[in-house]
Amino acid sequence: MEQGHVNLTIDGKEILAKDGQTIVQAARDNGIFVPTLCDFRSLNPAGTCRICTVKVAGRFVPSCTTPVSYGMVVENETAELTDLRRALIEMLFVEGNHMCPSCEKSGNCELQALAHRYRIVVPRFPFLFPVQKVEARLQHLFIEHKRCIQCLRCVRGVKAKDGHDIFGFIRRGSDVRIALDVNDPDAVSEETAKKAMEICPVGALIQKRVGFKVPIGQRKFDRKPEGSPS
Amino acid sequence: MPSVKSGTRKITIEPVTRVEGHGKVTIKLDENNKVIQSRFHIVEFRGFERFIQGRPYWEAPVLVQRLCGICPVSHHLCASKAMDVIVGVPSDSLTPTADKMRRLMHYGQFFQSHVLHFFHLASPDLLFGVNSDPLKRNIIGVIQAFPEIAKKAVLMRKFGQEVIHLTAGKKIHGTGAIPGGVNKHLTSAERDELLVGTPELNADIMVAWIQEGLALFKDYHLKNKEFIDGFAAFPSNYMSLVRKDGALDLYHGVLRAVDPEGKKIFDQVDYQNYADYISEEVRSWTYMKFPYFQSLGMEKGWYRVGPLARLNTCDFIPTPLAQKEFEQYKAYSKGKPSGSSMHMHWARLIEALHAAEKIRELLNDPDLISGELVKTGVRMGEGVGLLEAPRGTLFHHYRVDPNDQITMCNLIVSTTSNNEGMNRAVSWVAENVISGQREIPEGMLNQVEVAIRAYDPCLSCATHAVGQMPLEVVLEDRDGMVLDRKVKNSNG
Repeated sequence: MEQGHVNLTIDGKEILAKDGQTIVQAARDNGIFVPTLCDFRSLNPAGTCRICTVKVAGRFVPSCTTPVSYGMVVENETAELTDLRRALIEMLFVEGNHMCPSCEKSGNCELQALAHRYRIVVPRFPFLFPVQKVEARLQHLFIEHKRCIQCLRCVRGVKAKDGHDIFGFIRRGSDVRIALDVNDPDAVSEETAKKAMEICPVGALIQKRVGFKVPIGQRKFDRKPEGSPS
Repeated sequence: MPSVKSGTRKITIEPVTRVEGHGKVTIKLDENNKVIQSRFHIVEFRGFERFIQGRPYWEAPVLVQRLCGICPVSHHLCASKAMDVIVGVPSDSLTPTADKMRRLMHYGQFFQSHVLHFFHLASPDLLFGVNSDPLKRNIIGVIQAFPEIAKKAVLMRKFGQEVIHLTAGKKIHGTGAIPGGVNKHLTSAERDELLVGTPELNADIMVAWIQEGLALFKDYHLKNKEFIDGFAAFPSNYMSLVRKDGALDLYHGVLRAVDPEGKKIFDQVDYQNYADYISEEVRSWTYMKFPYFQSLGMEKGWYRVGPLARLNTCDFIPTPLAQKEFEQYKAYSKGKPSGSSMHMHWARLIEALHAAEKIRELLNDPDLISGELVKTGVRMGEGVGLLEAPRGTLFHHYRVDPNDQITMCNLIVSTTSNNEGMNRAVSWVAENVISGQREIPEGMLNQVEVAIRAYDPCLSCATHAVGQMPLEVVLEDRDGMVLDRKVKNSNG
């Protein structure tokens, strides 16, 4: 074993990982796909969505927050985990209002891409049809609360120039939602809106007036479906 | 099913077949089997005008096209034209690339939709006869008995769908047009795929095959003059978009309306001002509104739109082969507007030929391959989009607030404009074919559907109402006494 590295297996395949890496980072470095949603490469992991759940020593653990260790045996692509992940994705669909046919994030949406990968046609759970208004008062950003999956990527990754937070979460449980100061006209610049849209894995944060400018066929997941070999 | 009570009978045709959407026809007969009332009902509702409220304006072209799976391009482009006005770039000031890409998409749509309408849905009535065995009188029957015609019909529709695919990104419900322009060029490989294609799928072959379709119709017409000329024929006003010089233009221009004699009721009307010329009446028994010309009032101001109307209003067709056919068509009615519902198919095929010629012409245009895609202008709060959809004039009217949210939407679709015409066509069949007959065989009832199909094989976009409105079917005798009543509540 090289110094600073550990050996572990994922689905029986022996891999070498850097000491201190999380399971999902090690898997990526070794060309193994583990689905993620709340994980964003440049940000510290949050472990909120649980899509990346794997099984280690008989226990379910989020692979984005669990560090690798020597001799770890990880189960990833099993029927049980596939069903679990599919269920988690389905729950995200039913608790929001994800209208893919008219959503401008379609083709660039990570939730939609995962649904395609897991061949989800109809969720097993009943739709909750949440009534949540949109926030349209900002000059450059349109917020679709009913599409938010509470991944916290915007809270973690979009900051003001002085480093202050722009986005936060209010309320608790199923009522939790994104909040920001809509009365401050400078809160979200055009550049910030662009970054927010890019960092949001779904269509909750939409930069205004740019919708559908990328033609079908050239969108992110048209070019490379989620989980396809890089 | 006929119900006999108090000497009166009510015949209900439900569902109306080979028609997309949900339609119902009721015909009320007295004790001597004479028709005392006939109505064509639309029994579904959609509610797009309501749930588009609050949505961002740039989403409208993609959302509202879901009204329809046969002609989504019409709604996509019409909403885009309205949004062009909202972003301060009226449709006649788009870049040449944007204008031509949209037109190509539109002609592809016209071609596939007209082919579907005539060959797949209407031709069984002509090829087998309106009274023939209903088990054979459908597209499967056409495939079995006339395989060559069926094959060409399928390939022609495929070609139109391919044009849409390459301009909008998908064959159905694409995203090609955006406010102020389009989002893509055609690559030269894509252009060649349509222009050169394969021996069975290219622009030249399409022009040739649709001419064969026209020949088929004209041959049938020659042998069945009485049926084609007389069936559900009645005078009306007509309206369509025309180019400023009077040419047939399916995508952009000014509004023109003519009376049964061809005299202009209005001309050169900027469609942004359509509400000054057209009003809509609501009637209690259908979810579809009845539009009419304000200047003539509700009684006399009803009008027809679609292929028949377009060839009645335009002065000429700006492509050579279609123009030649147009001259023949006009000569047949001695230059006067044609009122025959079945001439709708004739006009439809001439338009399909025009669309094929335009596709071929556009594919040779270098503006499709390169050039600026989008323009921006001064943001406006209200905009109207208008174009000719395959079934007729289509209006999209929106208001957008300073937060970019849509606050008002009014859609007048072709079937709505043709509502009175279709009701009159149904009445014509009821009075001329069904009234006074002791026995009413299926073939006779099919003729009601033949009349509806001449106008529109698709009813789904034409309804406005929203909410949990119950559906109610009431059987009445001639005195208005309720014989039977069925109520469907909001839980089904």
